[in-house]
Amino acid sequence: MKVLAAMSGGVDSAVAAARAVDAGHEVVGVHLALSRMPGTLRTGSRGCCTVEDSMDAQRVSNLLGIKYFVWDFSERFKEDVVDDFVAEYQAGRTPNPCMRCNERIKFAALLEKALSLGFDAVCTGHYATILTGEDGELELHRSLAAAKDQSYVLGVLTKEELKHAMFPIGATASKAEIRAEAQARGLAVAQKPDSYDICFIPDGDTKGWLEERVGTKTGVIKDRAGNVLGEHDGTHGFTVGQRKGLHIGRPAPDGKPRYVLEVRPKTNEVIVGSQSALAIAELAGERYTWCGSAPKNPTEWFEAEVQVRAHGESVACRAKVSDQAIHVELSEPLIGVAPGQTAVLYLGSRVLGQFTIDSTVSAVSVEAEFEVNA
Amino acid sequence: MGTYLDHAATSPMSDEVIEAYTMALKHVGNPSSVHSAGQEARAMLEDARERIAKLVNCDRNEVIFTSGGTESNNLAITGLFAKRPGNLIISAYTEHHAALDPIEFLQSNGAEVHWVGVDSNGVWDLEELENLLVERASDVALISLMWVNNETGVLNPIDRVCKLAEPYGIPVHSDAVAAFGHTETDFARSGLATMAFAAHKVGGPVGIGALIVGRQVSLEPLLHGGGQERGLRAGTMNAPAAHAFAVAAEATQPDYEPLAKQLIDGVGTLGRLIRGDAPGVANIVSFVFPGSAGDSMLFLLDQQNIEVSNGSACTAGVTRASHVLLAMGMSEADAASALRFSFGPTTTQAEIAQVLAVLPQVVATARKI
Repeated sequence: MKVLAAMSGGVDSAVAAARAVDAGHEVVGVHLALSRMPGTLRTGSRGCCTVEDSMDAQRVSNLLGIKYFVWDFSERFKEDVVDDFVAEYQAGRTPNPCMRCNERIKFAALLEKALSLGFDAVCTGHYATILTGEDGELELHRSLAAAKDQSYVLGVLTKEELKHAMFPIGATASKAEIRAEAQARGLAVAQKPDSYDICFIPDGDTKGWLEERVGTKTGVIKDRAGNVLGEHDGTHGFTVGQRKGLHIGRPAPDGKPRYVLEVRPKTNEVIVGSQSALAIAELAGERYTWCGSAPKNPTEWFEAEVQVRAHGESVACRAKVSDQAIHVELSEPLIGVAPGQTAVLYLGSRVLGQFTIDSTVSAVSVEAEFEVNA
Repeated sequence: MGTYLDHAATSPMSDEVIEAYTMALKHVGNPSSVHSAGQEARAMLEDARERIAKLVNCDRNEVIFTSGGTESNNLAITGLFAKRPGNLIISAYTEHHAALDPIEFLQSNGAEVHWVGVDSNGVWDLEELENLLVERASDVALISLMWVNNETGVLNPIDRVCKLAEPYGIPVHSDAVAAFGHTETDFARSGLATMAFAAHKVGGPVGIGALIVGRQVSLEPLLHGGGQERGLRAGTMNAPAAHAFAVAAEATQPDYEPLAKQLIDGVGTLGRLIRGDAPGVANIVSFVFPGSAGDSMLFLLDQQNIEVSNGSACTAGVTRASHVLLAMGMSEADAASALRFSFGPTTTQAEIAQVLAVLPQVVATARKI
């Protein structure tokens, strides 16, 4: 097969490309330039987008004996990921930009371009596995490397995209194994630190970064009973579950610290309350996709598990599609779930599909929250 | 090697040059040393200097060897600016980064810059320059304008710029890297104060170039040290590279007109010749293929072992819309759809035919993406 290996300059994509070469594929390395003004050197936790990362990817390509190209996706990245990130925050939601990047850049714009240029597949260094199901259709499964499993961020892949996706390191038991393999192959990126945080916010200061783009606007902080407890300088600085930076003198009714329960950009309000009120019982979202085959009767309740964070636990649930949205009832409450986050549905290790959370229902009623100390 | 049509990026050394270079490398001696070995190295260096002086019609003492085009341009621009009264630099935004960036560096340190406009073919607006000089001649520190544009091949009238500047005594520097060997670069007749060029664009080694500095021109050096090269470029002189440079520069470049014509005729309406009907060198031919992504075309041509370029090679290999084409008023989309074909002594008509055979398919495929 003609395989395009997407290479970030990190160790995972390097080993993935190496394995694709070993498997006998005709591999070409491609580094995506996602930033208009790439920095020269990596700083802090950034794992892509710098010239140094591009050079690392190029060096790996040289050692693997494959050709290497840098493709400029900065325009698309800005529109589809960065601007989307800002817009989601402005709408009071907590977006996952890595998810958007997979959905709209790596497995959309890049895959589309790769197919047009004659490639058969795009290979990445994600920890996830593609298997063929009983019905003969492709399925996406969790990685064996439980700690590194990235099936969550790949939940956006559609049936068609799965056909052209290749994850050569998905069935590796641990990251340590990948590093050891990179070392053995003589790749200098073997000990390169993992990337985390948001790649386009260089210093990790999301609040400051957003403030530069959306400005500040004073609003009120209230509890669910409508009591005004304080002021804030812009809803974008708050995410559900946040405790720090509220600057409220008084404790919550249960005598404990308050947490952000809800962000309402339309009225410029931040709703806070006790930790117990963070517990969520139900989720719903209109923007959903199935990863591989859809459930047989999605409009009837079906059993599944749901995960709402990249490295969070999954909890048992039942789900169904009604009124053009997915509705999920959790078997046990989840703490701090924010609209904008992605919920991925699993069936055992298999990724069933995903949706962007539009609304949540708290497991604790307003009355119950305020009865504690009444 | 496949079909290499990127000689404007770097042009391979011929067997003759490689032989001359490797023979020269066997000689020991620092040209500054007094002993016999040093004197032999000095002789090799000065022989090269004289041969290059002859090629560009300047005094042998006016040839300053540097590490290449970038250093030559930096030395000329920052060196002239430091020694001159006036704070205004006149240039054009279609210059190579090797000239653009030192000018912008000086600008960030307080210099004033006037960018002369260009038309859609990349030809300077000399009327604008003339009017500017009438109004502000006493403020002008220097004029820096390139002879031949490395991306479009357009040949600009540098002699006319010198004539406009001459009555005011304003020094004119020209980046002649793309002009050298491909049009007559007669320094004495040009009226230039300084002129930059590099060996590897004409089949010499990478890492050596020259700045021609007129005898009467006062220049502040970039590198301070042992006083080599008239005190303008400190550092041990590279006699073997200078020798190879001279051998390469003396080799006559073939007539590229037939190849250019073959390519331009063959492309026909598939693309648009970027320099339009403006005069240009025959060895650089650039087109826009509207709607086709430049990086996709590069990739597809590379798959066919055809090596060309879009814009000038850029940091980290990212090919973006060229600043030159944008300065010519081209849209970002069109500028990102440009390809440059540049020829050298190894280029054949069969290679051009090979390009023409695959180009329609490449352009069409890149258009779909």
